[in-house]
Amino acid sequence: MYYDKLIFDLSTEGRKGYTLPKAEVKRYDLPKSTYLRDDCPGLPEVSELEVVRHYTNVSFKNFGIEKGFYPLGSCTMKYNPKINQDMANLPAFASLHPYQPIDTVQGVLKVYHDTQTWLSEISGLDTFTLNPYAGAHGELIGLMIIKAYHRDRGDSKRTKIIVPDSAHGTNPASATVAGLESVEVKSNPDGTVNLADLKAVLGDDIAGIMLTNPNTVGIFEKDILEIARLVHEAGGLLYYDGANLNPLLGVARPGDMGFDIMHINLHKTFSTPHGGGGPGSGPVGVTKALKPYLPKPVVEKQGDQYVIIDEPKTTLGQISHFYGNIGVVLKAYTYILSMGREHLPEIAKYSTLNANYIKESLKDVYQLPIEGICKHEFVFDGLKDKSTGVTTLDVAKRLLDFDVHPPTIFFPLVFKQTIMIEPPETESKQTIDHFISIMRQVALEASQEPDKVKGAPYNTVVKRLDEALAARKPIVKYKDLETN
Amino acid sequence: MNIPKDLYYTETHEWVRIEDGFAYIGITDYAQDSLGEIVFIELPEENDQVTQFSEFAAIESVKAASDINAPLSGVVVTVNEELEDNPELLNEDPYENWIMKIEIEDKLELNKLLNAEEYAEVCE
Amino acid sequence: MFKYLPHTHEDIAAMLKTIGVDDIDALFGDVPKSLRNQEIKIPNSLSEIEMHQHFYTLSKMNTPLIPFMGAGAYDHYTPSVIRHLIERQEFLTAYTPYQPEISQGTLQYIFEFQSMITQLTGLDVANASMYDGATATGEAMFMACALAKKETIFISRTVNPNIINVVKTYAEYKGIHVEMIEEEAGQTSRAALQEKLASTPTAGLIVQTPNVYGFLEDLTGVKEALEQHKALLIINQDPSTLSHLKTPHAWGADIAIGECQTLGVPLSFGGPYIGYMATRTKYMRKMPGRICGVTKDTDGKRAFVLTLQAREQHIRRDKANSNICSNQSLLALFVTIYMSIMGKKGVYEVQQRSYDNAHYLYEKLLALPTFSAYADQPFFKEFTVRTTLDVSAMNQALQAAGYLGPLPFSKFDSSKQDLVTFALTEKRTKQEIDAVLDIIREVA
Repeated sequence: MYYDKLIFDLSTEGRKGYTLPKAEVKRYDLPKSTYLRDDCPGLPEVSELEVVRHYTNVSFKNFGIEKGFYPLGSCTMKYNPKINQDMANLPAFASLHPYQPIDTVQGVLKVYHDTQTWLSEISGLDTFTLNPYAGAHGELIGLMIIKAYHRDRGDSKRTKIIVPDSAHGTNPASATVAGLESVEVKSNPDGTVNLADLKAVLGDDIAGIMLTNPNTVGIFEKDILEIARLVHEAGGLLYYDGANLNPLLGVARPGDMGFDIMHINLHKTFSTPHGGGGPGSGPVGVTKALKPYLPKPVVEKQGDQYVIIDEPKTTLGQISHFYGNIGVVLKAYTYILSMGREHLPEIAKYSTLNANYIKESLKDVYQLPIEGICKHEFVFDGLKDKSTGVTTLDVAKRLLDFDVHPPTIFFPLVFKQTIMIEPPETESKQTIDHFISIMRQVALEASQEPDKVKGAPYNTVVKRLDEALAARKPIVKYKDLETN
Repeated sequence: MNIPKDLYYTETHEWVRIEDGFAYIGITDYAQDSLGEIVFIELPEENDQVTQFSEFAAIESVKAASDINAPLSGVVVTVNEELEDNPELLNEDPYENWIMKIEIEDKLELNKLLNAEEYAEVCE
Repeated sequence: MFKYLPHTHEDIAAMLKTIGVDDIDALFGDVPKSLRNQEIKIPNSLSEIEMHQHFYTLSKMNTPLIPFMGAGAYDHYTPSVIRHLIERQEFLTAYTPYQPEISQGTLQYIFEFQSMITQLTGLDVANASMYDGATATGEAMFMACALAKKETIFISRTVNPNIINVVKTYAEYKGIHVEMIEEEAGQTSRAALQEKLASTPTAGLIVQTPNVYGFLEDLTGVKEALEQHKALLIINQDPSTLSHLKTPHAWGADIAIGECQTLGVPLSFGGPYIGYMATRTKYMRKMPGRICGVTKDTDGKRAFVLTLQAREQHIRRDKANSNICSNQSLLALFVTIYMSIMGKKGVYEVQQRSYDNAHYLYEKLLALPTFSAYADQPFFKEFTVRTTLDVSAMNQALQAAGYLGPLPFSKFDSSKQDLVTFALTEKRTKQEIDAVLDIIREVA
């Protein structure tokens, strides 16, 4: 049965789902009517069981990592360990007010400070801030740092940021929000940065370059040291987009490659759940020279005490109300400690092994545009046999019928029919073999019964959606439904 | 790809029709086809000054967003308000459904535009 | 072997064979030797038992206090059902709903969240959430500047200074000029606003109500004054207070933003919290962030989908008005469930209790010789008073008894050493309030 009720549909006047203690304090008069609303917000009136049952039924319409394989490229959908959640929920952390005196919050500050230190060790950058809320937020702060650095050197004509054409769309958007202009450089056929193209744009107006390595097609930038040299020589800084950090754990460190700034997505590499689109956490790390630009407040260890410095001597400013998504940091902290120095360095190995295994097992039926060894992810450019008109979108939709979350599609934009597959290290060979067999079956169907694939999905709660209708005549709240 | 002979074109896929001394401006068949299902157009306002090869409107489809550039400079006389509620008209017939009508500032600017043949090459 | 890493020797051997390399190391031949770094100097792996022991020690280093302070983080009660529901793996472990056919759960709660925010604010459309109330305010500034095509924004001095700081940082790098509108008796000075409007073109004004002092802003006529100068009204408002207070829509707001932590989200040392943003239909396509809309599937069945995506960074790239992608989705579910379980009456009752508690404490404090009013303004659950007491001595005495005393306002403004800001919620009992009053009397 398809559950299509909204919580508002269940509302019955007078019903309630809460209890409160008996009021001990008298009712005080409300301020004069100038300040008051003259209606009551239309929130639902439902019992506790109705709420529980409603959201349980709503949850059944979602697909999570615990249901099945989730090889979503660039998103690192690894298992989200349960113990992380338990530790983050401990009342001794969850009930702390952000302005409690320092001596009452040493535990959480230790977690905060240790996480900063470990991220430095993992990435090779000197100092981290955990204030940014998400990857895109981290990017924005990183670019602000680049801008502030050049400004303080009196070099204000550096207003351009180099972004490869394979970059996440967020990169150029972040540049604009930071008041910088992005300049695109073309990729080589293998997806790596074209050095000649790069040299051509390097000049005294370049503030820096944003890269992810391995890049978005899963290829390691083997010329990274040369790229770093060229950019630094031209007076620019290197920004590392941490979306693809997973395959470097135990292999190499962005700091050693010459990156000056980076962000890390704790919700990708460090196993904190994506929550249907957040909360994430996007810590930003910098070299020693850029430390003065980190956003305030800053958490430090002074002697035996952890302290919060609200007003550091120098800073680029404040970018979050308090100290970032601490609840998320607690989960990443637990994860790093669970993996420890024994197992964290194994992540790159197994995620890379998984990716290459899938690539080799499917390249006879899917178009592999870049031959050779990939890292943690790779791209196909659609089916090998394109004669039936079955597109990447169709393949993705058909996968839904097999309880597999489809890979990322149509990104990066360097190929027309991109399918981007990332099988994290937590996935076993059995799971991956099952995925390979499904991918092969879909390819077979595409050649034998193309219309079946083009009409997919069939087993989902809803079928393909008319996205144009939603955008042309937006219905964005319950009240619109009533009047439509 | 439909490319009417009697229109002027830009490399960025806009067309111009000259009628009674005014210029009617729209997007080409190629443009609507590459955008896919068009869901919204942000129109200019009457009396806006537009400049040749500069953006005057923005158009959105389900999967893309694009600026529309003015093929000629001039002042906006009328905008096709029907598009506001029915942007899909641009998919249905991009040449019938012009976006704006402008008073031409400088006829010599027409020399910088492409004819149908030249534009066809751009689309290849 | 490790519990999160399932590869056996046999698996590895078979996979390497398919790939056609001898060992895993061969997969990293493209990484320059000089960069190879296989050791990560972090602590050794902890088992679950050790992890619990470790966190036991860490927990002992924290001392949760009973808050009589707000200042942007308020101690409201979290009903039990919420935790259980949001931790269902279907919600918790899903990615952004880019495949709508298997993400109807996420999309539906976003739609419900948007619906509830529009009910609270009275505005036409809300997005799927922002990082927090402060960054939402920064985003509202970007949006206003894009709409008005101007590069100056006014912000009232009575807005929480942390929000002002974030707005200023966002503005500085984008090249937006921020002008402060000064305060008069705990309110945004109307005279200062009129004067500034007459001299400086602006995209809009940002005000907060209840403001940093906890006072309610009387915004009568502000919209009209701004409209004369084609400037937008942006109101930052704690959404929980909209059970009682006049809506941003009723004040004439073009954009409303705020912090939803007050809808039952635990204090969690400052995050994760969740910002909201709402606006009028005519500005919808300039609103940042994700928006969920309704459509039909090929069978004509109602379904939810992310819509108006052409506004967003992944499509518009360098032309986008905002770079936000991940937001605080799970927290949107959190507050949606909160508003469902509390419902129309519960949300009102919780705020009324908070209001009563705050007014009870205010009344008792002003009866003491050591406290006096800072400004004669109405307030809701937070208020600022003047005191002749040594603020840090008072707060130390409160801390010793397990209470987090009021915010010393000097944290925000060093010229205001004698001001303190209290906040109370429905969780504070009369016994606790009386105990706090007793301690304060003793300090005196």
